[in-house]
Amino acid sequence: MKEKRRRERIDRPIKAVTDDIYCISSFREIVYLMLPRALPILLLLLAVFFVPLYWKKVLVITFIMAIMAISWDFLASCGLISLGQALFFAVGAYISGGLNHYLGLPIYVTVPMATLMGGAISAILILPALRLRGMYFSMVTLIIPLMLMRIIEATKIMGGTEGMSGLSSLPGLPFSIAVSVLALFAALFGLRRLLSSDNGMIFLALKDNDRAVEASGLNTLWLKVKAIYIGSALCAFCGAFMTHYYMSVGLSAFALDLSIFPIASCVLGGVGTLAGPLLGAVILGPLSEALRSLGTFRIVIYSALLVIFIAGLPEGIFPFLKRKYEQTERWV
Amino acid sequence: MLVYGFINSIILALIALGFSMTFGISRVANFAHGSLYVLGGLLTWFFLIKAGLPYVISVIAAVMIVGVLGAAMYRFLLVRLRGLELAEVISTFALGLIILELMRSMGIMGFQYRLPPFVPGSVSIMGTYVGIQRLIIVGAGLFLMGIIYLFVHHTRLGLAFRGVAQDDHTALTVGINPDRISMLSLMVGSMLVSLSAVLILPLGTISVDDGYDILLKSLAVCIIGGLESTFGVLAAAFILGYAEVLTSMYISSSLSMVVPLLCMLVILLIKPSGLFGKHKELEERI
Repeated sequence: MKEKRRRERIDRPIKAVTDDIYCISSFREIVYLMLPRALPILLLLLAVFFVPLYWKKVLVITFIMAIMAISWDFLASCGLISLGQALFFAVGAYISGGLNHYLGLPIYVTVPMATLMGGAISAILILPALRLRGMYFSMVTLIIPLMLMRIIEATKIMGGTEGMSGLSSLPGLPFSIAVSVLALFAALFGLRRLLSSDNGMIFLALKDNDRAVEASGLNTLWLKVKAIYIGSALCAFCGAFMTHYYMSVGLSAFALDLSIFPIASCVLGGVGTLAGPLLGAVILGPLSEALRSLGTFRIVIYSALLVIFIAGLPEGIFPFLKRKYEQTERWV
Repeated sequence: MLVYGFINSIILALIALGFSMTFGISRVANFAHGSLYVLGGLLTWFFLIKAGLPYVISVIAAVMIVGVLGAAMYRFLLVRLRGLELAEVISTFALGLIILELMRSMGIMGFQYRLPPFVPGSVSIMGTYVGIQRLIIVGAGLFLMGIIYLFVHHTRLGLAFRGVAQDDHTALTVGINPDRISMLSLMVGSMLVSLSAVLILPLGTISVDDGYDILLKSLAVCIIGGLESTFGVLAAAFILGYAEVLTSMYISSSLSMVVPLLCMLVILLIKPSGLFGKHKELEERI
């Protein structure tokens, strides 16, 4: 019988050594540990200072999209796969736009208010769907933003089809970049911290086996509400930020791009890793900017990438790179 | 009003039938449903107007092509992802988007993209004038549902479908290949939706945005009726159909798409498993 060859994966020696506490004994091992963590931060900061002006604007949008992607990834790790991330974005956008337009509040008030209220309102909107699991939840989240869009179109509240414009702008590009980078790092490291804590383990357990969570005497509905609040508050921040960045808000806040982009970057980068979505967004953001002239054809490209990656490299780029970094492979 | 509500309900049921069938049997939520609908209509249009074939042949060709596409979708993509719900949802959704947005970027919009009705003219029923096309829709819809009922309950293949729907491991032990059946179910679902497109589209123009509406409507119908129960689909279609007609008559026609959402949210709050969903209730929802 012909034996089939298979690939064997073994941890690199340095990985095995740096797993335990003695890793600080050698400079090489410290570098091995720190490099993957520090490199992306350094690269992003370098990019912020050294790219030309036009691409700085692109960078702001990319960072905001990366926050959306991270928040989607967080929700997906809690077992809440949303196909309507645009809903959360739009809620934040409309709240800050409304506060600014009707009440004349400055942005230092509207953006934080929109973040907090947006999370609460999105959680309330999603509440009926939270009792559903898996793909049933996804179906409802797909429907809600499209329906909300139609309600606004039909009732002409909040500016109707035209939306609201002439809102106060953010003070200068350096400020926007600083805020978006800080928010991105806060979201990334905050959620990482949260997911590795005890509460985070419960959130992860919601995805793996929510009936076990319920059997442990925890209120799964309330936990899901909390997860949605955290995830949607992040997106609402993005919405509020972009509202003031563009100085207007309209129905485009519900656009399908905004729902697809986070999913695409998560699948590209690796679902459930938090750093993967960042990687995916950093790849897809400039790419989509470069393809801007193609119009809606961009969605085709996103979706094609999605299909290719989900069938070809289901784990995503980030886990792939991580494996290459930590393990050696050989055929046996 | 009564008549239009009835017609509207049958249209909804027709749209949702393919989705519920696919989902009930293979547990694949086909998010490309709406785009297959538009694709079916467009292919018929292409064969009929551009290629100048007779109506019947172009309909058959379009339905066949969409069916094969559905089967290919399962065979080449979904079969790798069985059991990964996230991956299934995302990949079908992405495929649907590819089809729809590709059509949009090819500039498919406007009045020249419309199918002629099978038989023009209208007749009067209970005091209201109704186009014959709508009557054909009702007739064909009821006929299709009857056919499907007979097919599922009285043929070998249909019984195999139901077996897989109940438990695919057990089905495997009695010699039914669940992968093959799932592929066929996706094919049948796609054929059904393209057939309904051919029936319904002569009432209006073919537009890309229809794809999203159709997907939303079929989701709403299936969720309200409880997925995978054909009777539930019919009942939910009637609820939604009359609700839509009533709102557009008495409140505002622009709100008529909002009603399905509200219906759905209310029903989810009261009875999360849908009106008639019993099967595997606990596993799907809490």
